[in-house]
Amino acid sequence: MVAPGHRLCTGCGAGVIIRQMLMSTDYPIVVSNATGCVEVCTSVYPYTAWRVPWIHNGFENAAATISGVEAAYKSMKRRGDLPARKNDKPIKFIALGGDGGTYDIGLQSLSGALERGHDFLYICYDNGAYMNTGIQRSSASPFGANTTTSPAGVMIQGKQEERKDLTAIAAAHNIPYVATASPGYYMDFTRKVSKALEAKGPAFINVLSVCPLGWKSEPEESQVLARLGVETCFWPLFEIENGKFRLTFRPNVKKPVVEYLKRQGRFGHLFKAGNEHMLAHIQQRVDEEWGRLLEREKK
Amino acid sequence: MSGNAVIAEAAIAAGCRFYAGYPITPSSEIAAVMAEELPKVGGVFIQMEDEIASMGAIIGASLGGMKALTATSGPGFSLKQENLGFACMAEVPCVVVNVMRGGPSTGLPTLPAQGDVMQARWGTHGDHPIIALYPADLTEMYWQTVRAFNLAEKYRTPVILLSDELLGHMSERVEIPDASELTIIDRRKPDVAPDQYLPYDVKTELVPPMANFFEGYRYHVTGLTHDETGFPTEDPDLAEAQLRRLMLKVSANADDIMEWEEDGLADAEVAIFAYGAAARSARAAIAELRAAGIKVGLFRPITIWPFPEAALVKAVSHAKALFVVEMNMGQMIREVERGIRDVPIVGIHKVSGQPIDPEEIVLTVREFLEGKVTLPQKAVYQMSV
Ligand SMILES: Cc1ncc(C[n+]2csc(CCOP(=O)(O)OP(=O)(O)O)c2C)c(N)n1
Repeated sequence: MVAPGHRLCTGCGAGVIIRQMLMSTDYPIVVSNATGCVEVCTSVYPYTAWRVPWIHNGFENAAATISGVEAAYKSMKRRGDLPARKNDKPIKFIALGGDGGTYDIGLQSLSGALERGHDFLYICYDNGAYMNTGIQRSSASPFGANTTTSPAGVMIQGKQEERKDLTAIAAAHNIPYVATASPGYYMDFTRKVSKALEAKGPAFINVLSVCPLGWKSEPEESQVLARLGVETCFWPLFEIENGKFRLTFRPNVKKPVVEYLKRQGRFGHLFKAGNEHMLAHIQQRVDEEWGRLLEREKK
Repeated sequence: MSGNAVIAEAAIAAGCRFYAGYPITPSSEIAAVMAEELPKVGGVFIQMEDEIASMGAIIGASLGGMKALTATSGPGFSLKQENLGFACMAEVPCVVVNVMRGGPSTGLPTLPAQGDVMQARWGTHGDHPIIALYPADLTEMYWQTVRAFNLAEKYRTPVILLSDELLGHMSERVEIPDASELTIIDRRKPDVAPDQYLPYDVKTELVPPMANFFEGYRYHVTGLTHDETGFPTEDPDLAEAQLRRLMLKVSANADDIMEWEEDGLADAEVAIFAYGAAARSARAAIAELRAAGIKVGLFRPITIWPFPEAALVKAVSHAKALFVVEMNMGQMIREVERGIRDVPIVGIHKVSGQPIDPEEIVLTVREFLEGKVTLPQKAVYQMSV
């Protein structure tokens, strides 16, 4: 449903994510897309890469816009105002945003839509910075990441704050389905999209999205990184279905997080002498979080 | 140096030590430079979660006693409007940069436009005072950035510094003045004891002194209409007196605030009114027309708001025609018309995202002089190029 020929960079994770997202379902889909790389690069005038109806409104309101579409659809359907269609499957709604458009400026709009209970799926492609406007830090940027507004230099060694746990925030709305995913584990991701679209009510999936430009990684290594993120437990894969938590992937051997970090120039300064403590800190955070998730699954 | 980098550098020279912002093209380089440079001078750079928050943060920092800056463009400027009105109402000095791009909505993010000049005046709701400056070259950008901080401090009000994608992203030689050449104005602090301080006194002066937080003065800051102590009131006399004083801060000091450039108008048959990036096109067109023996001059407001109407009327009233050149559908032209009674006004407007080609101006002026553009008395001929 995504046509080839979009203008996303070579190795962009988001291109793979939207393709897998639309491959996951037979339902007719309407997409609302927040401002960002995907929006810009899939809709370069006079072309579009979308073979589904697609709305770009603003940066902060993908969830609000889809709320309106979904509510209108439900109401028109109830009143019998909808024209007959060949495909009589119900229409499903997906809102799509980058981490800036979801964790930061769009959080209010997302939270409102989840709380009101609209029947839609929100997918965040999280590349850990505002990439479209020149790699500025977001509340999803990992600790230590070098970005243009958390520059690694004399004063600071990249971003000094931890990531916001958006998946937990979404889950705190007690919606039917919440998950994390990575296009490196595509069977897992596509299954989660199908499940999310079957859920009655709002669903949210946070997807790790490799960005060679912003991460300063090799484009041909994007899928490697999408897997390493998961295999190091930096980006654990899980789902929360009607409140029930389940890990959907457990690595046989949990790889050290430096395997993931060392392939990304945005963490290059962490490997300089004197910054060992930062690497140790990142590993410690990953271990703690993974431990918490293992505990949680036992319950 | 790029125009955006100039703003960042000049802001620091003007004493700005606080930046809160949110990335948006074509303004983001201002934030990037501030993120690098502010920590080195003991300042604070914060990237906020959106533009509403960015504007909120600079208001807070300014109340705390710091000179504060935020920068944005189109969609972000729209989101800042509510807090901008708050800063006018609560009389909080701060500087807001809008590097204009094509609109409305997401519009043309990477291309220049001048479509926000009226939004700069009336973007927030309600009657409110506003100062907006709009330079046309990068040395001037430096001076006007410093001036923006000075005016904000002097008049206890937000100042909007307008730029556009063209100025923001272009590079040219910039003469950076020595720090000793700059006049730096700081807000006036109260000289009375805390229990006698009236933060919004309407009786004694237009701009009451401002007490910073943390200095022993406690007062009430609110966006509600308030009396001289800062506490909310619905008393009709007090409400009217406060709003009139707010407006007078700018209108009664307009002579101090307004700056403009007049170039070659004394002998001009034809006058051109242009500002910002469009004034650069106008200058090039004027040079070409003058070389061909046609006497053309430029009136260029540097202070856009308050609008230097009297100066404009005086400078161009002898011309055969006044051409208004702007990269919008015709915004300042209406302001020009309010003052100019007897000179035909011709608008040259372009909203394609491309700068106005000097040739387009040359052609229109020539056509007018050759009588090909027929103008009914006092009509506005809008040429779309
Ligand atoms: C109100 C508003 N503020 C800022 C912007 C500028 N802007 C457009 S895209 C973008 C970055 C998007 O970042 P993200 O959501 O992380 O997606 P990515 O670019 O990484 O795909 C920004 C800051 C805007 N369009 N509107």
